[in-house]
Amino acid sequence: PAERTEQTQWLLAVRDARDREAFGRLFDFFAPRLKAMLLRSGLRDGSAEDVVQDVMLSVWNKAAQFDPHRAEASAWIYRIARNRQIDLYRRRPLPEPELVQEPESAEPDAAQILAMAQEAAQLRAALRNLSPEQTEALRHAYMDELPHSEISRITGLPLGTIKSRIRLGLDRLRRDLSDLRSR
Amino acid sequence: MSKITHHIPEEMLRAYAAGTLPQPFAVVIAAHVSLCDACRASVETEAALGGALLSELAPAGLDEGARDRLFAALDTAVPPPPPLRGSGIFPAPVMEALKGQPPRWKMLGGGIRQQILSADGEGSLRLLYIPRGRAVPEHSHGGLELTLVLQGSFSDCEGRFAAGDVEVASDDLDHQPIAGDEGPCICLAATDAPLRFRAMIPRLLQPLFRI
Ligand SMILES: [Zn+2]
Ligand SMILES: [Zn+2]
Repeated sequence: PAERTEQTQWLLAVRDARDREAFGRLFDFFAPRLKAMLLRSGLRDGSAEDVVQDVMLSVWNKAAQFDPHRAEASAWIYRIARNRQIDLYRRRPLPEPELVQEPESAEPDAAQILAMAQEAAQLRAALRNLSPEQTEALRHAYMDELPHSEISRITGLPLGTIKSRIRLGLDRLRRDLSDLRSR
Repeated sequence: MSKITHHIPEEMLRAYAAGTLPQPFAVVIAAHVSLCDACRASVETEAALGGALLSELAPAGLDEGARDRLFAALDTAVPPPPPLRGSGIFPAPVMEALKGQPPRWKMLGGGIRQQILSADGEGSLRLLYIPRGRAVPEHSHGGLELTLVLQGSFSDCEGRFAAGDVEVASDDLDHQPIAGDEGPCICLAATDAPLRFRAMIPRLLQPLFRI
């Protein structure tokens, strides 16, 4: 558990015990940052407040779907907020992948949770090594107005067979981050 | 599903996560990610990065009553129904597109069946059933076509595609997918423009196909 962020522990307390104090802590940490993210994306102050309320209410309502094997609290809440933001622009809600079904009785897989938390910590460390301009470029991609895809440019390059679930994505991200650093 | 070899290109996964793809493509991608550990890892990594950036943002000031307003709402909050689960060969996003019902196939001739799940200005989404060894009429695309195999396999000039694999066919590809010998092939296909069939008769049939 030492490897889990305190936000993840608060979210687990909300999930497992409907702990309102823990939910209050999640609110105090995330709500002002979610509002900052929504303001960056061009929402007006009042709309940003409304969306923050929506997102935090979803955190409360959907907490049972949070799976610490797959994400930390920050990633899970980011995804909820991002999808909510996307749905403001889309005619129909963005279809989401099926949730991974954990076996009913299985104990949490401590090794997998630890591996995920360690890689997320490495990710944060890699972020801290970026210059302010580079971090701003990433924020622009992940926080601001939605980029327009260039579908015509997209060609089907198979990634090949991949064994590791989590490592693959993080390897790619590290590569992206080191590209940014050397730019 | 461990033998997936044809994945969603990275740029397309990013466009999906950013919400900029037309709905039919987004459904195919959500369905593939449901079946594919590798692409799921990519999507989760994007979220990990987004979450890390979110955590480091300078907080913005909230309305004074925001916290109380939210806590008051918790008491009356009605949790949304749990998301649909997959059923048989259909992962949850396909079940959503089917509105929870089993497919209602329409015969197209030659034993080929389809169900159109949506067809509008954003493109079309349909399920296709191709009997073993049977070919879909040769065609080219006015735009992009994504085909996800749900059961069986098909082969065309680009290779063999088995359950979980996605073929990304761009507008310059002429192809004739043929179902494998192991049994009927069922796939989910999305286009952002009508297909153009080559042979005369299929072209006449195209209004019926609505694809
Ligand atoms: Zn994949
Ligand atoms: Zn085609």
